[in-house]
Amino acid sequence: MATLTLSTLDKKYGGFHAVKGIDLEVADGEFVALVGPSGCGKSTTLRMIAGLEDISGGELRIGARVVNDLPPRDRNISMVFQSYALYPHMTVAENMGFSLKIAGRDAATIDTAVKDAARILDIEPLLERRPAQLSGGQRQRVAMGRAIVRDPDVFLFDEPLSNLDAKLRGQMRTEIKRLHARLGSTVVYVTHDQIEAMTLADRIVIMKDGRIEQVGSPDEVFNRPASRFVASFIGSPPMNMAEATVTRSALHLDDGTEVPMPPAFSVAEGRRVVLGLRPDDIYPEGHGIHSESGHAVERRELPVHLSEPLGNETLLFTEFGGQSWTARMLNPRAVKRGEALRFHLDLSRAHLFDADTGLTLRG
Amino acid sequence: MKASRLPPHIMLLLPAVIVLAAVVVLPLLLSLWSSFTPFRLTKPESVYQFIGIRNYQRIFTDLDFWIAFGRTVLLLTVALNLEMLIGLGLALLVDRQTRGQRLLRTLLMFPMMFSPILVGFQFKFMFNDNVGLVNNALQSLGLTDKAIPWLIDGKLAFLAIAAAEIWSSTAVFAIFILAGLMAMPRDPQEAARVDGCTPWQTFRYVTWPFLMPFAFIAMTIRSLDVARAYDIIKIMTDGGPAGRTEVLWTLIARTAYSDARMGMANAMAYVAILLSVAFTAYFFSKLGKARAQVAGDW
Repeated sequence: MATLTLSTLDKKYGGFHAVKGIDLEVADGEFVALVGPSGCGKSTTLRMIAGLEDISGGELRIGARVVNDLPPRDRNISMVFQSYALYPHMTVAENMGFSLKIAGRDAATIDTAVKDAARILDIEPLLERRPAQLSGGQRQRVAMGRAIVRDPDVFLFDEPLSNLDAKLRGQMRTEIKRLHARLGSTVVYVTHDQIEAMTLADRIVIMKDGRIEQVGSPDEVFNRPASRFVASFIGSPPMNMAEATVTRSALHLDDGTEVPMPPAFSVAEGRRVVLGLRPDDIYPEGHGIHSESGHAVERRELPVHLSEPLGNETLLFTEFGGQSWTARMLNPRAVKRGEALRFHLDLSRAHLFDADTGLTLRG
Repeated sequence: MKASRLPPHIMLLLPAVIVLAAVVVLPLLLSLWSSFTPFRLTKPESVYQFIGIRNYQRIFTDLDFWIAFGRTVLLLTVALNLEMLIGLGLALLVDRQTRGQRLLRTLLMFPMMFSPILVGFQFKFMFNDNVGLVNNALQSLGLTDKAIPWLIDGKLAFLAIAAAEIWSSTAVFAIFILAGLMAMPRDPQEAARVDGCTPWQTFRYVTWPFLMPFAFIAMTIRSLDVARAYDIIKIMTDGGPAGRTEVLWTLIARTAYSDARMGMANAMAYVAILLSVAFTAYFFSKLGKARAQVAGDW
């Protein structure tokens, strides 16, 4: 186990600046998730940590060692690939023991290590099979087994669950979480799925265009997003947004609607802002999640364009501020299309962002 | 009228069957028959004289035949192994190029565009002991002051022939292996690097097992090619001098056309074909195994 330190880490491909001087400190035993849309530089960052990509600038440390110029084999890391990257001509046991074999360990040690890992991952009956004879989920387990066997300083995961179907993805997510709790290892986990990041990570790093937008615990990035981008990326369904101009003590939305200024914000008159409200914070009267006591609640009659019943809740789609907004209805009842409901907008839980910079305006 | 008609599926197959019979089956049967006769081109009636397996018996005690047989196997082994090594090296080098790869691939194919006869003439000239390029170069470099008899000494002539073969056909291996490299997923190689492999170990344990089926396809094709080697040798040495570079097919052709002993030549040809079949079967089984190993949907 070890800490991991990225200092102004930079990656350029010719004229393309993929990673723009990012700083990040990963504590010993910490689970850090890198999330962001495609092309944000998260995979490149991970591959630089692995040593599969050259580092164009900055410094990378594992523990106290600067590893910028070390080949992957000298970094004592293991990596789980999106495509599993198993060796097709080797059995499961050979796949898992390969790194130890290369390191020159004796057969008995390898055998013990492989069997231990197989027991943890529940793949003991598969040890003599070849990858082609395994299902996707089983391959994923083998790939993880191969990573565990090495007992590395840092585990790297590159979108390990994206090739699995939704149900299996959920199972493996739990599995990875349990594994991390058991091994207590340092993990860097790349995903484009914010739910994976939220559920697994101690801290989430949200990246965009080669830069870090925000680093924080799942609670922080969800409840106190640093920017409009983070707010729209984290949370499902995504946060509702509408652009507005600040008037005296009110927000003048672009379609002419006016809502009171959310409390605890003081913004200069005339400034262009974006109002953000999570689906949790707009709901039909009596169907909300949070307590309203002491909150500034705005009540509006709005028609429902579409509803998506999920059983325990129903997502309602309506229009507000010229945008399509999603509302979450708890303890749902059947809602007809076009039916007008009395919605509560909990403005005490609203977010405001600067319309130009996208940065959060703090109350 | 209707009753005498053949069923349509037979009717549809008939043209193909007739053509095949006329151009393949009939000559094959005829040559097989003639291998049991003392058929001489100069005495056409001898084709009707059945002598049983006497030709074959004679082959089995004919030292010249077995020397030619052994030389063919040796040429096959030397040429194929070197072609594979050089082809692999070329493929790996070309694969690393990101720019100009198309051009390199085209250049790689160049030797294959020349007729083996022309390759034979060119190498005959290059290895000529008086005016050849090779001796000239060796002498200019001061490595020797003698005129090395490249095409006269049996061992040297064998090397010269192997060089011509390798030059003209290494591209087969290079192209097949390159195709393998291009089809190969990169992730397992990266996984191997992370798993602690040096570049050589990555190649040995991950890349090569994947390339093996491609190499064996090339092996199969080329083993058929070299087993029937004739043209280059015919031009460069004509099996000589004094039979020092005689291989199976130069011997068979000489027996058939110079000595006019067609019956005997046909018997030899059937033994030679067994050699080809054996090599092909061998490489095919290796190919099957190698493919089974890397099979799967990665």
